[in-house]
Amino acid sequence: MTIAEMNFFQRMIYILQRYGLSLLEGAATTMVIAIVCTFLGCVIGFAVGLIQTSEPHKNSGIFKRGLLKTVKLILTAYVEVFRGTPMMLQAAFIYYGMSQIFGINLGMWSAAFIIVSVNTGAYMAETVRGGILSVEAGQSEGARAIGMSHFQTMLLVVLPQALRNIMPQIGNNLIINIKDTCVLSIIGTVELFFTFRSISGALYTYFEAASVTMIIYFILTFTCSRILRYIETKMDGPSNFDLATSDTLAFTSGMTRYNKKTGGTY
Amino acid sequence: MDEILKVEHLVKTFGTNEVLKDIDFSVFKGDVISIIGSSGSGKSTLLRCINMLEDATGGRILYHGNNILDGSIDEDQYRTKVGMVFQSFNLFNNYTVLGNCMLGQTHVLKRSKEDARKRAMEYLEKVGMEQYINAKPRQLSGGQKQRVAIARALAMDPEVLLFDEPTSALDPEMVGEVLDVMKNLAESGMTMLVVTHEMAFARDISKRVVFMADGRIEEEGSPDQIFNHPQKERTKEFLSRFTKTLKD
Ligand SMILES: Nc1ncnc2c1ncn2[C@@H]1O[C@H](COP(=O)(O)OP(=O)(O)OP(=O)(O)O)[C@@H](O)[C@H]1O
Ligand SMILES: [Mg+2]
Repeated sequence: MTIAEMNFFQRMIYILQRYGLSLLEGAATTMVIAIVCTFLGCVIGFAVGLIQTSEPHKNSGIFKRGLLKTVKLILTAYVEVFRGTPMMLQAAFIYYGMSQIFGINLGMWSAAFIIVSVNTGAYMAETVRGGILSVEAGQSEGARAIGMSHFQTMLLVVLPQALRNIMPQIGNNLIINIKDTCVLSIIGTVELFFTFRSISGALYTYFEAASVTMIIYFILTFTCSRILRYIETKMDGPSNFDLATSDTLAFTSGMTRYNKKTGGTY
Repeated sequence: MDEILKVEHLVKTFGTNEVLKDIDFSVFKGDVISIIGSSGSGKSTLLRCINMLEDATGGRILYHGNNILDGSIDEDQYRTKVGMVFQSFNLFNNYTVLGNCMLGQTHVLKRSKEDARKRAMEYLEKVGMEQYINAKPRQLSGGQKQRVAIARALAMDPEVLLFDEPTSALDPEMVGEVLDVMKNLAESGMTMLVVTHEMAFARDISKRVVFMADGRIEEEGSPDQIFNHPQKERTKEFLSRFTKTLKD
């Protein structure tokens, strides 16, 4: 049976049989880039967001204040430029610019990692800034009032809460990255979308190839969003807590469970 | 008597708004001082200046004779000695009750985990919250939160505790449990500086009462002097609003 004689489903199965391995490889590349770059983007975003929300120490001199101001200005420019231009152009700009101006030939992987991380970082910086501002001022005042330093306050009290608050956006970014790595096909990165174009180009079965690839993309993003939701509930901790009691005569187990709804123990 | 804090000519301005004008007073070891006064008179600002959450504009705050405002002392170490309890509790939402009481001990005082835990338990027992060590702040009532906040402050072994209207954000039925804890603290000899609208507490528990008006200390004296024989018109006027509640 030739491709021309097959129906829609037979063609999809044919594509899976013949190109299953390539699709799998493409999907793996997409996922590696998306996950690594979302992570690196978060690191960049936290660094930038922390600097953007920091105030000069009251005793710091004019030089330190000026330095902080300059750094903030540069970071704002970075955020605005990378949020304000298409990632596909950024990819071309960095990839071809590096080879033309500096004579550096970025490999497929390093180019992909740099571009997507730096782009995600720009978005995450704003998200982290919002996340830090969303933690009420009382939290850091409570920490400062018992003698914790600014650094300890941020690391132990503010950032963990900011991270929890922005988890939905981090998940959102991951999903966007899974889909948006497709723009890397412009610099020849062999990810899932690139694989789709190869298949459709070889077989002239655009509809079926698109269907198969879309399903794969959806499985990837849906699985990720479920996993992230699970992580969020894990971060919240249990909704009930154990009442500790040393009165072993009353409670042989030593612990009883406090139920918020009924307001008592059971 | 051992003078822990001495405030001299303290001035604080926000922009052009002079909130504290030439404040002078001292805190001695074992003092329980109530600061009363109408809303906006600068009570919170005074406490926040003492805890260095606000930068004073002028004057001096001496801690055992050393001025804390000239940058010569370690701000964070000073704060461990002068604890603060807030109206809005400010418990760390990302830690359990026990974690809240241990965090400062392990990270600021560098106590070992076991040591910190032992002391945290000791103070949680003191405020009657030892059963709730595994709860997160959002799972507690307001009164319970405030009791944990007091235990957290106590666990740092402060020399002075500052309270900024610790019961104002509480439902009426929870005010008592927090005041009881504070009463026990006062009786155990803790040095306390309490901004409060609870006139019964100010009258019955404190050794000295400070009445503030418009950023100044208008009148200062023993509870008997302030409540039964006020000298200044403003003090009388302010207290007349509370006489009804005090008679109960
Ligand atoms: N961060 C700030 N910026 C500008 N003005 C402020 C600031 N904090 C306080 N003020 C002003 O300082 C004055 C005193 O405020 P403060 O909070 O000390 O009063 P208070 O005596 O504690 O009143 P209350 O009983 O309502 O708590 C008020 O007029 C207030 O508007
Ligand atoms: Mg106040």
